[in-house]
Amino acid sequence: MNRDSQSARGSIRKGRAIMLAGLVGLAGIYLMAWQFTPTERFQGLAQKIFYIHPPAAYASEMAYVLAGIASVLYLLLKDERFDTFAAASAEVGLAFGAVLLTTGPIWAKPIWGAWWTWDARLTFSLILFLLFAGYFALRSAVREPAERARYAAVVAVMGMLLVPFIHLTVYLFNTTHPQPVVVQTGKPALPPEMLRTFLASFAVFTTLYVGMVMMRYGIGARQIAEEVADAE
Amino acid sequence: MSEAVASLLLVRGVARTFGRLHALRGVDLAVAAGEVVLLLGPNGAGKSTLLRVVAGLARPTKGSVRVAGRDVHAEPSSRSALGLLSHQSFLYDDLTARENLRFAAALHGLNGVDSLVEDAIEAMGLARFADRPVAGFSRGTQQRLAIARATLHQPSLLLLDEPFTGLDAHSAGELRSRIAAERAAGRAVVCVTHEPGEAWLPATRVVALAGGRVVLDQPRPDSLEEFRVAYGRAVAA
Amino acid sequence: MSVWRAARAIAAKDLRIEWRHKTALLTATLFAVLVLLVFVFSRDPASVPLASIAPSVLWVTLALSALVALNRAFLLEREHAALDGILLAPVPRQALFWGKLLSNLAFVLTVQAVAFPLWVLFFNITPTGALLAIVVVVLLASVGFTAVGTLFSAMAVRTRFAELLLPVLMLPFMIPPVFAASEATMRLLAGRPIGELWGWLRLLALYDVVFVVLANLLFPAVVDE
Repeated sequence: MNRDSQSARGSIRKGRAIMLAGLVGLAGIYLMAWQFTPTERFQGLAQKIFYIHPPAAYASEMAYVLAGIASVLYLLLKDERFDTFAAASAEVGLAFGAVLLTTGPIWAKPIWGAWWTWDARLTFSLILFLLFAGYFALRSAVREPAERARYAAVVAVMGMLLVPFIHLTVYLFNTTHPQPVVVQTGKPALPPEMLRTFLASFAVFTTLYVGMVMMRYGIGARQIAEEVADAE
Repeated sequence: MSEAVASLLLVRGVARTFGRLHALRGVDLAVAAGEVVLLLGPNGAGKSTLLRVVAGLARPTKGSVRVAGRDVHAEPSSRSALGLLSHQSFLYDDLTARENLRFAAALHGLNGVDSLVEDAIEAMGLARFADRPVAGFSRGTQQRLAIARATLHQPSLLLLDEPFTGLDAHSAGELRSRIAAERAAGRAVVCVTHEPGEAWLPATRVVALAGGRVVLDQPRPDSLEEFRVAYGRAVAA
Repeated sequence: MSVWRAARAIAAKDLRIEWRHKTALLTATLFAVLVLLVFVFSRDPASVPLASIAPSVLWVTLALSALVALNRAFLLEREHAALDGILLAPVPRQALFWGKLLSNLAFVLTVQAVAFPLWVLFFNITPTGALLAIVVVVLLASVGFTAVGTLFSAMAVRTRFAELLLPVLMLPFMIPPVFAASEATMRLLAGRPIGELWGWLRLLALYDVVFVVLANLLFPAVVDE
């Protein structure tokens, strides 16, 4: 087992530990949301999705932006590790996005009466998911590793610069065609218990992101180390 | 460094990887005007890759390529000093011979396009085909047009990538004469081939690659047969 | 300047080749007409007046027919490794991007030049000055997504799934320009004054500038091995 393979395994181990810590934290958030925060007067239980969805959405978007930044660095420095990181971050972001888009409607139906709404957050999550999907569709269509890294990087950078336009589009769409109000995603003055849970949730999702990316990066790096060993 | 001044082509420490495959592992090569270099090697030795890197079609992972003193990747205008003839013709089937040449002339920013193109058509015996679409051309005729295209801008360095592939004896002979003519005109030629006999006569030097490295670099010996023995040994090592 | 001359030569060469057979042009135009017809026939005429879906139909048609057209430009360079022939030229890679962008634009705008009057006809649009403004909106929006499509098709064409991959990559990028253009078209058809449209037009222009510049900047990374 060469040195690269060893450090890759280390990354996987550490990442797994951090991810497990994050999952414990997530269970904690659920508990806090259920037991220790007051139920919002007008929206009832439905409002509690507030503790899970915005933080998950932020993690998904951050995953994409970080993949974009790593892609810029790859294009400038041609270091393969940036590509491995970008792919890892994108995959984690895709996973968060998939969870968002499936739990959202499943939670929404019994409470809001509709499977889907075109509110800003859900719409944005959908389009971001499509961007991730396109990134991976391209990666799977290119066989040669250096070419794949280059092309994926180009797509990620383009996508990163598209994100502000998507935000703008989604915002304008909602202001020119107002949707029926479902969940207040805004920031009313939050009582301390709600705020605490909300912030804790952001911390938990960041931890999850870091842990999962480290794991995925480690897996990617190990794969490369093995291919190099095979080729020699 | 006098070598740098005299060299038309200077390849220094060029390495190139494709994924996990090391196609080139540190190649050094200097070619001066008037030389005709045969670039030999078994399949997968990296000959075509080296030519692509020299032509600016692929970036080296390490090292540099300078043509007439200028870096071929950093300075696009340096590519006006080189021409490439491949087994692919770079021609458009739907355009006529004349239109293909005019396009190449515009790409290279040449002046006096009309007379240049007409001269090239005359010189390569393409007058009959000048206004016919390339789609209908025989391999030999396509090759002649491809040569015209590659030399239209009068490059000082002509790169040939397995140019004899699929050529009949007559066309092959024409190509050999062309190579000799380039040498006589004081230009340099680097010819990649897997069969040294094809371009033995006009060659002045032989370089062999194996496993991405230069394993042989000497003036062209007189005896092809003796050379084959030495070459076999060098490549097997 | 050599970049401009090379770009012009590339665009002219593409258009000359296309004009010889016109196959791609006719197919793309036919596709646009078919999309229009599908919209007309797939609605319930009693409950959905033509006027209410006119702006969306225009933009779906233009977006889809552009998608169909965009792979063509780099596909042309696959025969006889012609792309290498262009990359050998002593000009920066940007010349190839500009040339292909121009040829793609010419192609896309030609298809639109047929689809647009048909849309006016099928959807009973009254020809007023607003139509001219809509044409400007069409031009503005097309530049943006054609630039993105030029960059992406250079990559897609080298994979096994070019026809599937390009739409998958392009669609998120088409959402902002199509949305803004659609909003502008809606307002123009409703007779709103041009003054109300500046926001939408500025958005379109911003998108164009950002993505034409970015696509141009990233293009060498695609064609340089």
